[in-house]
Amino acid sequence: MSNEAFNNAHVLDPAASQATQEQITGEITDIHEAYRQEVLAGKKAETQPRVDFAPYRSSLLRHPTKDLHHTDPETIELHSPAFGQRDVHVLESDLTIQHNGEPIGERIVVAGRVLDGDGRPVANQLIEIWQANAAGRYVHKRDQHPAPIDPNFTGVGRAITGPNGEYSFTTIKPAPYPWKNHHNAWRPAHIHFSLFGTDFTQRMITQMYFPGDPLFALDPIYQAITDQKARDALVATYDHNLTSHEWATGYNWDIVLTGSNRTWMENEEEEH
Amino acid sequence: MKQAPELKLTPTPGQTIGPFYGYALPFEKGGELVNQAHPAAVRLHGVVYDGNGDVIPDSLLEIWQADEHGNVVSRDGSLVRDGYTFTGFGRVPVDNVGHYTFTTVNPGPTEAGKAPFIMLTIFARGLLNRLFTRIYLPEDTEALANDPLLASLPEERRKTLIATREEDGSLRFDVHLQGEKETVFLSYPRES
Repeated sequence: MSNEAFNNAHVLDPAASQATQEQITGEITDIHEAYRQEVLAGKKAETQPRVDFAPYRSSLLRHPTKDLHHTDPETIELHSPAFGQRDVHVLESDLTIQHNGEPIGERIVVAGRVLDGDGRPVANQLIEIWQANAAGRYVHKRDQHPAPIDPNFTGVGRAITGPNGEYSFTTIKPAPYPWKNHHNAWRPAHIHFSLFGTDFTQRMITQMYFPGDPLFALDPIYQAITDQKARDALVATYDHNLTSHEWATGYNWDIVLTGSNRTWMENEEEEH
Repeated sequence: MKQAPELKLTPTPGQTIGPFYGYALPFEKGGELVNQAHPAAVRLHGVVYDGNGDVIPDSLLEIWQADEHGNVVSRDGSLVRDGYTFTGFGRVPVDNVGHYTFTTVNPGPTEAGKAPFIMLTIFARGLLNRLFTRIYLPEDTEALANDPLLASLPEERRKTLIATREEDGSLRFDVHLQGEKETVFLSYPRES
């Protein structure tokens, strides 16, 4: 277990944990203000996180410094692996029934659709989620946060999207948890989402957040997305139509992948 | 080349995989696209490094590739492997010293004369969005010379995308997220 110690799990630079929240928030504010000025000067909105975002200390040595090299996708890049009922059992989308008892916490349904950048549903594709429990603890040996593990909650789910790109998970609302980016750092409550599209170039992993979280402004991972409108896209909406009588509250969250390149590139080949 | 059509919707932002994916995303035989006993089995392995040249012990890699005849397959069964069906997809976490291993086959050229490559996606704690790159096989030097992506890169950068064939037939491909040997990472049309 020694090589799984808490210390080397979160912190790349031991000095990083000495920054205060005020310092981190100040850095975030400066970067956001510079971005706002660039947009006012006519620069296109940034809709993805910056990979070079110093307030998130672990990103310092883990981001490419050169621009991504633009290329036209070929063959394998225009396709995606197939997943189906062989891979994922239908009950894997209910995270509250994986053990003998009911997990502790606020039972919720998170449902929505997966679309591509053209607004087309992404059907029959794999969605995977993982999350902390209602006390903010992950079932992961590197998570040593002294909050209770729930023997009835693992926090891992999978689903295959339906014909209209729809998905639905039943789970427990996760809690915020502390991490070691800086002194007194807390992550807003979130659920990790992993998604596939029709092209492997659409592959993405992200995090879904809950509306009104007071930790948003303090979190360097969430704030690495410099554009407010883009950040808002990661926040689910409370949806009373998804809430069920005397059972669970409901949140809606739709996910948009990048555009497929297969259709337009194939059409182009036919035109020649 | 025709212009890629504009997107109707703005893609959802990515976020880091974080440190705690280990109990969620890896799956049994995730790195075994074929069984080790498969007559064409090849080890694809390497190490993921940060900008200091230190190994990254908490990264997750995925590959997606054609079969040894150059066919792009569309078969389920990646997450629950039967040991016989080639699905073209693999996923492995690196180990505590940043090393990964896939057992796969050399992908064949998808068209005659095309340089075969494996698509690689990298996730890591500290990496705020996934990165894409290509692992080219080193053998067909003529096809490599004619490859449009490789031709668009200076020599020093170009070689970061070409795997090394080791004496035992293994493919070696290291990933450098940053630094002098920084791997070429790719963007594609229609990302925003």
